[in-house]
Amino acid sequence: MKPEDIIKPENKVYARPRLLNDVNTHYCPGCSHGVVHKLIADLLEEMGLQDKSIGIAPVGCAVFAYNYIDIDWIEAAHGRAPALATAAARLNPENLVFTYQGDGDLSAIGTAETIHAANRGENITIIFINNGIYGMTGGQMAPTTLLGMKTATTPYGRNSELNGYPLAITDLLARLDGTCYVTRQAVHTPAAVRKTRAAIKKAFTNSMEKRGTSIVEIVSTCNSGWKLSPAQANQWMEEHMFAKYPLGDLKNVEHKA
Amino acid sequence: MAKVYGAVTIDSNRCKGCDLCVVACPCDVLGLQPKEVNDRGYHYAYTVKPDACIGCAACATVCPDACIEVYRVRE
Amino acid sequence: MEEEIRLMKGNEAIAHAAIRYGADGYFGYPITPQSEVLETLAELRPWETTGMVVLQAESEVAAINMVYGGAATGKAVMTSSSSPGVSLKQEGISYLAASELPALIVNVMRGGPGLGTIQPSQADYFQATKGGGHGDYHLIVLSPSSVQEMTDFVALGFDLAFKYRTPSMILADGIVGQMMEKVVLPPQRKRRTEAEIREQCPWAATGRGDRKHSNVVTSLELDSAKMEENNLRFQRTYNEIEENEVRFQEYFTEDAEYLIVAFGSVARICLKAIEEARAAGHKIGLLRPITLWPFPKAAIRRLAEQVKGILTVELNAGQMIEDVRLAAGEAAPVEHFGRMGGIVPNPGEVLNALREKFSVEL
Repeated sequence: MKPEDIIKPENKVYARPRLLNDVNTHYCPGCSHGVVHKLIADLLEEMGLQDKSIGIAPVGCAVFAYNYIDIDWIEAAHGRAPALATAAARLNPENLVFTYQGDGDLSAIGTAETIHAANRGENITIIFINNGIYGMTGGQMAPTTLLGMKTATTPYGRNSELNGYPLAITDLLARLDGTCYVTRQAVHTPAAVRKTRAAIKKAFTNSMEKRGTSIVEIVSTCNSGWKLSPAQANQWMEEHMFAKYPLGDLKNVEHKA
Repeated sequence: MAKVYGAVTIDSNRCKGCDLCVVACPCDVLGLQPKEVNDRGYHYAYTVKPDACIGCAACATVCPDACIEVYRVRE
Repeated sequence: MEEEIRLMKGNEAIAHAAIRYGADGYFGYPITPQSEVLETLAELRPWETTGMVVLQAESEVAAINMVYGGAATGKAVMTSSSSPGVSLKQEGISYLAASELPALIVNVMRGGPGLGTIQPSQADYFQATKGGGHGDYHLIVLSPSSVQEMTDFVALGFDLAFKYRTPSMILADGIVGQMMEKVVLPPQRKRRTEAEIREQCPWAATGRGDRKHSNVVTSLELDSAKMEENNLRFQRTYNEIEENEVRFQEYFTEDAEYLIVAFGSVARICLKAIEEARAAGHKIGLLRPITLWPFPKAAIRRLAEQVKGILTVELNAGQMIEDVRLAAGEAAPVEHFGRMGGIVPNPGEVLNALREKFSVEL
């Protein structure tokens, strides 16, 4: 069978999500952000939530998320997305409110906002991209940077005496009474992407059904920051990141406490 | 047994040549253009062995730039 | 709720006024001397009546960013704090201004700098009127001198904020916040419906609904040419506000030979001093700026042409005096009298200052 016989609308099994704007992203080649954006766009359409969604964009590489997914967005100050989301969700209970944050945004400067929004059990979804580095500012250490990992501000490797320890903040969030679903996923293989898709779908459902705070951590690569090719970065992530940040559900309950 | 035929279309101008689709493909269908580059200077992905495609969508699933669409036919 | 006459603190009046205005949300964090705002709201439970959201945030930073998030969805939202807390809020205030969002911020000032004191002060004048946070922006700054104005300025502050799509601030001091006075509370206004909000705020991130395009509320613009355009637009708004929204009150200025300029609670102390001086035949007048930004420059200039000297009286080391001097130019000498760190002067001290600064016999 020839390609022209196969490439027909009725045979299409994978399409570019319609909610993705027709623009090229500013992300580096191979960046995990693009895959996660695609999943969000796809799910919002599938769940019929595109007209009800308010996304809260972070400061960091995903600062321009609002250029890529065709829904209403609010751009937060660095780390404050959960505070914005708290108000947006409480004042607009009919809407889906979600934040999209990186590890610097969520687990460094926004630690207080993250923990307290989750502890209050705000009916929001937090999408957390953990690639262990600050991408936007040029590859500096994040709270989630692994010990020994070289970054622009730990050029000899992260040293616990100097820089403290990698912060598995999601473990902490799972212990809070306000969270109903806390999971750690990845998007490095087709199977992992499918699991992440299911996780985000569950989180969005929880938010719409007012079950509490849902957090989907996505252990990701920053191949530019890590100074590896995209494929090598995926391999490095499997070999190193997953030991500290193992994949799977950390909490999955019907409703916040 | 039913035979599955697949095909992909690649938006080569959107492609950043990250190679992740090439790695993900179980049938070695895809490759990066060795010499040619797109408008933005990337060695974009293309189908090296289009006949081997089974339409599994692994490539499209991992593509960060949503430039691959997948088609499948069962016979 | 109908119009009602009550006796209450200025801080309590803010809470009542917010509910009666039909505000959609309040986000705050306790700090003396303004904690009664949040306490009163918690006591009144407006979420059960008007549907207003009231939330104690984990910090002032979170509170102002909740205001930012709420305002971005077109809701009428506010926060209140006192000086050290308002310093923390400056990040969010700058973002609100830059994203052209309406919101109301109340600062019940206490003595600083640093942790300072919990006693009244007016030392945040610079912070409130000159920007406070980063970037070229202004707040509409309202200065109440009575519990009645604490009430009335909630509605005024919200209305101006929505009219110009810019945050406004009630810059009160600990005296007005804590003192009890008779107050006329306005009747209850209905909160806007979702449809009304969509119509009034077509820019808001409400969820797309049946709107054709998505709305993005952001202060980010990496294209310098576009960023300058944004800034020029902000400045046009500020010019418009300066042209239309200057508010002040004059007392005994028709024949005044000397002028006192004072705001907030201090203006009332000065008025008492002037009444005493007038009783003894001395022609002193008072100008009380109600909007500290936009500042009543023209009125002060006009009076500067008339009087022999101007005394600014402030609970600080001399902040508003800079604006008074700019307005007066060479027309009249301008001197400052102030007490700091929570000390409030009495009318006698004000008259003494007039005597000393201008060598007048009172």
